[in-house]
Amino acid sequence: MTAMIQNQESMTPAVETKMTARDVKVFYGEKQAIKGVSIDVDMDNVTAFIGPSGCGKSTFLRTLNRMNDTVASARVEGTITLDGEDIYAPSMDVVQLRARVGMVFQKPNPFPKSIYENIAYGPRIHGLAHGKADLDVIVEKSLRRAGLWDEVKDRLHDSGTALSGGQQQRLCIGRAIAVEPEVILMDEPCSALDPIATAKIEELIHELRGRYAIVIVTHNMQQAARVSQRTAFFHLGELVEYGVTSDIFTNPKAERTKDYITGRYG
Amino acid sequence: MTGPAILLLLAGLGAIAWVSARARAMRLQTAARASGRRDAVHSLPGYHGWYVALWTLVPAGIFLAVWANVAPGLVMQDVLSSPAAQSLPADDFSRSAVLGEARAIATGNQAGAFNPLSQGLVEPYKDAIGKYGIAGAALALVLAFAGGAYAFTRVRPDFRARTRVERLVMATLLIASLLAIITTLGIVASLLWESFRFFSMVSPVDFLFGVKWSPQSAALGYGNDDAFGAVPLFWGTIFIGAIIAMVVAIPLGLMSAIYLTQYASPTVRKWMKPTLEMLAGVPTVVYGYFAALTIAPALRDFAVKIGIHGASSESALAAGLVMGVMIIPFVSSMADDSIAAVPQSMRDGSLAMGATTSETIRRVLIPAALPGVVGGVLLAVSRAIGETMIVVMAAGLAANLTLNPFASVTTVTTQIVQLLTGDQEFDSAKTLAAFALGLVLFIVTLLLNIVALRVVKKYREAYE
Repeated sequence: MTAMIQNQESMTPAVETKMTARDVKVFYGEKQAIKGVSIDVDMDNVTAFIGPSGCGKSTFLRTLNRMNDTVASARVEGTITLDGEDIYAPSMDVVQLRARVGMVFQKPNPFPKSIYENIAYGPRIHGLAHGKADLDVIVEKSLRRAGLWDEVKDRLHDSGTALSGGQQQRLCIGRAIAVEPEVILMDEPCSALDPIATAKIEELIHELRGRYAIVIVTHNMQQAARVSQRTAFFHLGELVEYGVTSDIFTNPKAERTKDYITGRYG
Repeated sequence: MTGPAILLLLAGLGAIAWVSARARAMRLQTAARASGRRDAVHSLPGYHGWYVALWTLVPAGIFLAVWANVAPGLVMQDVLSSPAAQSLPADDFSRSAVLGEARAIATGNQAGAFNPLSQGLVEPYKDAIGKYGIAGAALALVLAFAGGAYAFTRVRPDFRARTRVERLVMATLLIASLLAIITTLGIVASLLWESFRFFSMVSPVDFLFGVKWSPQSAALGYGNDDAFGAVPLFWGTIFIGAIIAMVVAIPLGLMSAIYLTQYASPTVRKWMKPTLEMLAGVPTVVYGYFAALTIAPALRDFAVKIGIHGASSESALAAGLVMGVMIIPFVSSMADDSIAAVPQSMRDGSLAMGATTSETIRRVLIPAALPGVVGGVLLAVSRAIGETMIVVMAAGLAANLTLNPFASVTTVTTQIVQLLTGDQEFDSAKTLAAFALGLVLFIVTLLLNIVALRVVKKYREAYE
């Protein structure tokens, strides 16, 4: 990619690459939303996608677990691999893929079921638990990892929709964790939350780092700076710049990146 | 002066009032504008026209409506006080026959009298009708003139005719909606009254819990107290409308709604949904003869072939199956709405966990849509148990208390039709039983509707 400038020299070489995208193009009908994006997502770092609204960062995120399949008019070209395996290959089972690449949405979307059932949903459909005791263990472990256990352990059978917005979002993260994914995609997970709830989610992202490959889409540059180690700047469906977060924010190579992070547009 | 003539005259007066008031308003407003007081002009001239025309027509119209109800009494009073009335027969029946005949001759509806007594009353009748006709017309015209004149003097550039007319429009709309409510109350009152009369003849306990229904024998005088036991009817209604019909309608309606909302492509949906909804547009009488002439005989033959005893050509199954088909669009469109109302984010959430579409439907969409679906089913049940034509044609009249779907059962609606068709006197328990049945049906469907709407509403709130 000509428009993309890799800060190769500042990347540490020893990271384990989890997902790679090569020349990915996404079309909605005739309209091209993503114009040839190549990027590597690794296990040890949190990767943030930033860019102005409509730049394609969410669309690209959704290609990583094939959620774009649910949009009838969407078409994806290029290669995306998970552990070297092409996820758009005919042999790839979408259902298995999504269990390995979990997703957290912009607006908390717990199911209208109890907190327990929300977490147990994934393990149940994937047959991860053997018996009730096993499921209890998974639920507790997932809620602990999501930083929610202490707040809800006495009311596991209350409705998940009765929790506060921030708790609901952590419930959704816990729900994604419960199926033991390898990658977690977060699509602007804090945009519907207040600052305190946002801080909790960001803290949680720090704790989850290293255990899962995490990709977070955000329109909040401070958030990207706080939670991520790698930042990718998208503009008009192109990946303009990708590199170490501190470099992107202090020493952007591309003019467009500089203009965006200094607030000239976006 | 006859009714149509006075109405025409009033309409003419109204038109004149409209035109002249409008002209006056125009003139006054032009004058006001010329003097530079533009802000003093409030309403368009047309509104002044309407204001005066309405003042001309409405009071006179109301008076005429009242008069039409009062005048016959006054006429009768006059006639009875005439000398010819002294020779009227004493008993009520022949008295009213004579009076009726005299009036028919006086108004020109009958050429000559059968009863010589009537002939003498024709003249007093004619006089009285003429007298009160003219009096009424004169009063109406006076009112029209008075109203018109009063309103006409109020036409000024700054008079707010527009607001006044608006108020009348609102009053008209209010009356229209009140009429519907009053009609409902009237129906309920008549149901209650006639049922009350029925229950003074037959004990409510016998009616609600008795298991023998045989109104004809009671009417003919050799029945017993059990003859009005309505349990077999209630059972038949539930068996056909709430059990057999729902066994057909719920799965089919639900599955078609799921297919249409989750799997069908937009093109398929565009064609299939209206086609399915066409089922709701088929007249119920067509369903009725389809059930009676096609389904019922086929079912009986089938039952006989597999050796079921007591198979009737008017079976509960035939009526229930066809009614179920009729109800499908209700269930499916309610289910469709409630599944579509489940936010897309729920679906996405489930799919992103690696659930398949059918797992998502089963574990997330259906539970979330369930209250709406239940509400839809309750509405469908209330529709089914009130349905008449299909059961009248296909379900039969025998009040059997049976679990055999091939046997003939009867329903509440069928029996109401049966009790009230033909010549009936209105004071026998047999006829009044129809009102009691109607009351029960009304209460049950009302409750079902209330519960259903409440369930649906509660659920809607959860996502907004």
